[in-house]
Amino acid sequence: MQLTGAEIVIRCLQEEKVDHVFGYPGGSVLHIYDEFFKQDQIKHILVRHEQGAVHAADAYSRSSNKIGVCMVTSGPGVTNAVTGIATAYMDSIPLVVISGQVPTAYIGQDAFQEADTVGITRPCVKHNFLVKDVKDLAITIKKAFYLAKTGRPGPVLVDIPKDITAQKCEFQYPKTIAMRSYNPVIKGHAGQIKKALQILLEAKRPIVYAGGGVILSDSADKLTKLTRALDFPITQTLMGLGGYPATDRQFLGMLGMHGTYEANMAMQHADVVLAIGARFDDRVIGSPDHFAQVARKIIHIDIDPSSISKRVKVDIPIVGNVSDVLDEMLKQFAAVEAKTDGKALAVWWKEIEGWRSRNCLKYKQGKDVIAPQYVVQKLYEVTGGDAFITSDVGQHQMFAAQFYKFDKPRRWINSGGLGTMGFGLPAAMGTRFANPKSPVACITGEGSIQMCIQELSTCKQFRLPIKIVNLNNGYLGMVRQWQEMFHGNRYSESYVDALPDFVKLAEAYGHVGMRIDKPADVEPALREAFVKHKSDLVFMDFIIDPKANVFPMVAAGKGLSEMILAEEL
Amino acid sequence: MRHIISILIENESGALSRVSGLFSARAYNIESLTVAPTEDASLSRMTIVSIGSDEVIEQITKQLNKLIDVVKVVDLSEAAHIERELMLIKVRATGKDREEMKRVADIFRGRIIDVTDSSYVVELTGNTAKLDAFLDAIDRSLILETVRTGVCGIGRGDRILRV
Repeated sequence: MQLTGAEIVIRCLQEEKVDHVFGYPGGSVLHIYDEFFKQDQIKHILVRHEQGAVHAADAYSRSSNKIGVCMVTSGPGVTNAVTGIATAYMDSIPLVVISGQVPTAYIGQDAFQEADTVGITRPCVKHNFLVKDVKDLAITIKKAFYLAKTGRPGPVLVDIPKDITAQKCEFQYPKTIAMRSYNPVIKGHAGQIKKALQILLEAKRPIVYAGGGVILSDSADKLTKLTRALDFPITQTLMGLGGYPATDRQFLGMLGMHGTYEANMAMQHADVVLAIGARFDDRVIGSPDHFAQVARKIIHIDIDPSSISKRVKVDIPIVGNVSDVLDEMLKQFAAVEAKTDGKALAVWWKEIEGWRSRNCLKYKQGKDVIAPQYVVQKLYEVTGGDAFITSDVGQHQMFAAQFYKFDKPRRWINSGGLGTMGFGLPAAMGTRFANPKSPVACITGEGSIQMCIQELSTCKQFRLPIKIVNLNNGYLGMVRQWQEMFHGNRYSESYVDALPDFVKLAEAYGHVGMRIDKPADVEPALREAFVKHKSDLVFMDFIIDPKANVFPMVAAGKGLSEMILAEEL
Repeated sequence: MRHIISILIENESGALSRVSGLFSARAYNIESLTVAPTEDASLSRMTIVSIGSDEVIEQITKQLNKLIDVVKVVDLSEAAHIERELMLIKVRATGKDREEMKRVADIFRGRIIDVTDSSYVVELTGNTAKLDAFLDAIDRSLILETVRTGVCGIGRGDRILRV
């Protein structure tokens, strides 16, 4: 049967079992939107800004393990989407972005709403395509879905000129796809895994260091099983939280710039590091030179060979999908007779407990001013630790990561790599669409929330009962913290004057607004939001201590063990 | 150290920009880059000369392999190989210089492929050092124009790069 390009796009999405597309129409995608109108299998979510569409699709994927899909028009539609695409790329989130393009004959003529989409997005996508012939359309979309999800996942963009969406051709959706240039390694090398196991069994001061790869490959159960079997301490990156139960004894908390004292000390002083789906980035290990001062063996499991030995030299590289490698490791571990060095481990654990007893996350909650940590802690208690939490970027993000203990994967949704302010609210939308029965809260600040606040309107249209926890300190808090610590208290442009009345703003959008400025009101407000206003969006504007800082802290360029602790100031 | 990296890449539009974009985005050095289709019209072969530490070159080959359109990557300089570069050079050839230029071109096994009453175009092939040596051997003030292709290379003997 002959179909138009626009019909083919919709049919391809249906074949891929896509149920939600986040997007915004415009001239170049009008034919495609016409086809959306004629069907009801795929639900289109109309956002208020293309950045919101991409973040929502991104979080839809993060919270469900499906591929997020979004659609934007040419020119400004695409340029608005770029921040979202780059966000997904940095965190390896599988997305398919479909963009309209001016008609083929107009390309290069500086046509209305023309942009070099393939050129602009190239550095922030896993791959992109410009469809030049309607006959290539179906196979290109198939490739896009295949590339997004396999190997190291990432966003893939398909740019479709308007005339292609009107032309007709025979439609056939390929069942499978093979590309000679793309064959990611899935299974880890059994010999390497054996070597790794040997080193793990002999380790005296081991640590498991796990990242977002565990979440992306749905390997939380396997990681937990292996870590418990080994009785090793485990730390996680910001992207890895939830990959191992945070309330478990073996969990040392997050490591890195704002990691716990015990996690950073254990990482620095370990003799064997088992890195799983993590990439030793600058916010995690601080200075690589300082990290390299301590001799240790590093085993690194990652699906992307270029992540291995990029910032630190690795002794045992294992290229493969984390899930498959952990399977093999568990299998081999069950088969070997040798045991871990229990005596050495006991000594190591004793040292770790010493570090842990510093209680590095302690804070004071007085009677008058709300501590931001207290809000997150109460949110954790009120939601029973089982909500989906999205966040923006800054101090509130770190407080969320430190104080909301994630026991399950895919519950913690944040922009770790790119650090995109404005992510939180649209991410909460995508999360709610993927998990329509689960509570979703967005921990944000008065700076970040204003970067995508227009999505409150989308939330109203689709009746999304998101709980916004706005930690309002009147400052761009993380900027202010750095200015206080490293720039002689010169608060250059970090004080945000003339903030809106968030209660009225929420009400203007048709939601419930609350302003909370007393510590005693924090918990009641949260309960009211989650119980009484269960089915409403509630914007909780918490007026918090404007001077609160995030600790512990490893200053940029410093070593992991050179932490600044709250009590030392 | 100097490395010669050979790449087989799908002959798609934009393939070159994916490679060159990677080098600029990650601040890798490119000394030269050549590209042309192979006997299989669906594939292009690229030769990149880059200078970097072993760690940097390892990252470059890994990052190149990561590009979806790249089929194969080989560091030619890891083993025996041949490299060649073509240079066309237009020189002033008048008076006594005319005879001298012909002599030097002959010594370097260059060929004069265009002649006017005042200029020659010399075609010269060889490795980079040989071309540089030719430029050093002639009077610099006589050079009107030079163009070089950049290095292309191939492994010796059984080392074969194909799909």
